Amino acid sequence: MSEPGLGVPEPLATVAEIRESVASGRRSPSEVVEKTFERARNVRAGGDGLNAFLWSDLRAAQDEAAALGRRVGSGDVGALAGVPLAIKDNIATLGSPTTCGSRILGDYHSPFEATAVRRLRAAGAIIIAKTNLDEFAMGSSTEFSAFGRTKHPLDPALVPGGSSGGSAAAVAAGITPAALGSETGGSVRQPAAFCGVVGVKPTYGRVSRFGLIAFASSLDQIGVFGATVSDAATVLHAIAGHDPNDSTSADLIVPEYGEAAASLEGVVIGRPAEYFPDQLDPHITAHCDRAFDHFRSLGAQIRDVSLPSTALAIPAYYIVAPAEASSNLARFDGVRYGMRVTDHGLRGMYEATRSKGFGPEVTRRILLGTYVLSAGYYDAYYAKAMAARAAIARDFANVFASGVNALFTPTTPTTAFAAGSKSDPYEMYLSDIFTVTANLAGIPSLSLPIGRVRGLPVGGQLLAPHFGEHGMFAIARALETSLGVEAHR
Amino acid sequence: MTISLEEVRHIAALARLGISDERARDLAVELSSILDHMQVLTRLETSPDDGDSQQERGMLLRRDTGPPIPLDRTVASIAPELRDGFFLVPRLATHEDSEPAP
Repeated sequence: MSEPGLGVPEPLATVAEIRESVASGRRSPSEVVEKTFERARNVRAGGDGLNAFLWSDLRAAQDEAAALGRRVGSGDVGALAGVPLAIKDNIATLGSPTTCGSRILGDYHSPFEATAVRRLRAAGAIIIAKTNLDEFAMGSSTEFSAFGRTKHPLDPALVPGGSSGGSAAAVAAGITPAALGSETGGSVRQPAAFCGVVGVKPTYGRVSRFGLIAFASSLDQIGVFGATVSDAATVLHAIAGHDPNDSTSADLIVPEYGEAAASLEGVVIGRPAEYFPDQLDPHITAHCDRAFDHFRSLGAQIRDVSLPSTALAIPAYYIVAPAEASSNLARFDGVRYGMRVTDHGLRGMYEATRSKGFGPEVTRRILLGTYVLSAGYYDAYYAKAMAARAAIARDFANVFASGVNALFTPTTPTTAFAAGSKSDPYEMYLSDIFTVTANLAGIPSLSLPIGRVRGLPVGGQLLAPHFGEHGMFAIARALETSLGVEAHR
Repeated sequence: MTISLEEVRHIAALARLGISDERARDLAVELSSILDHMQVLTRLETSPDDGDSQQERGMLLRRDTGPPIPLDRTVASIAPELRDGFFLVPRLATHEDSEPAP
């Protein structure tokens, strides 16, 4: 039997190409669905291969496609008409399970649907799969899924990154042109970098979190994977905007994300020294330097800048996020929904349900969060972490106020690593070292492919001011166009 | 920073997690190691205002309200045990910390 994902052909089509072919009547939504499932079979997306999908149902997708065909026939052609998409399995959907990659929600079917998914369906998208993830989105490799790890599409011995590894693998393997993931500390950008696709973390508040199962509410945000910057931008535009069901969603107009900037004349791109430490893999540094050369050739000015609080980011993140997780995950107690394990009395039921329902990383983070919030340690850890978070946000605000339009850095300190190679939890946490700052500060960020090292993709990261997605996409498209095929070499 | 076995058992009880003695010993080592890396934060000077600025972090102050959420399925279809609209749980009297009922 061949290895999953290896030797697969190029992706079928972009979001825009699929939408145009359906809108013009050259292809029916049903034909798109057939092709998508054929592709998924060919690359072995299921449990016997990549293990990217936790749920996928051809008949359900065909029913959606048939209904969409009638809509298109009556002239209702949305921005994503006929586009097949995959959804991370911590985002609530109707008609399919929502497991969060956890035994405790192994058989859970949400009674409501996430706003982001409702908006995708309204725009004509067809949901073809729920994708694998680290349990409750806690992890950087998708090895902590209760349903087995997802494999990297280029090499099954490697991880695809995480926690949205299933969505990244689905796009990288060319099954869907885009997919939804979620970000708390880099869970879209890091797997996007590892798999060689585009990953976008929007500004906190740009996309409704209604229906996204909470991990750390002040950091969580639904994000988007795309085979190209345009694919990701089109899908983000469809899901962005205010939602009365999420009072943290911003009541701001969502601009059209437009075309690539033909020139970056007048644009200032910052190069933060803290993201280019001496010990960074020189091959990754070289790819970033090449990207800076492209920016210069497009007319941009490159400015060396400093974000001095960056060293505090991982410690601050791994206090704030577990603290919020320990509170959010208290709701999984076997009383109202999800798994219940009976034992001696009420406390016995709580403890048996939670100890059997949660895996090792979730247990570790709940305990860490409980510890740092407990009496005697709150000021020593949580209060300090919140101060560090404010300092990190100030660093970004100061740099952007000085006239820098966006920052460019590596997305990750390494390329995709081998499954099972990071047994020390903190070593795994360091995989997020360049991504957590955007979540702590609430700013938008994007990773796009900028080259390869030993055949494995390298991601370059753009960071922009709050609600600056429009400018971020314009710069990303300009770089993507300028790099061309070099982005995958 | 060292977390003792007793502290692990204490926070596990607070978090309502049942943990074996062997796992608790491992967790004491793992959590101590993770917290060692957090010590860099203890050197951070803080003032009473630090960390309170929602606006500075780019987040919105908001009211925790919203419209009712229409459900596609009934609560009974997802609850482990429900009777007459109430969630059923084991008797509180069997709680290990509870006094026996008179």
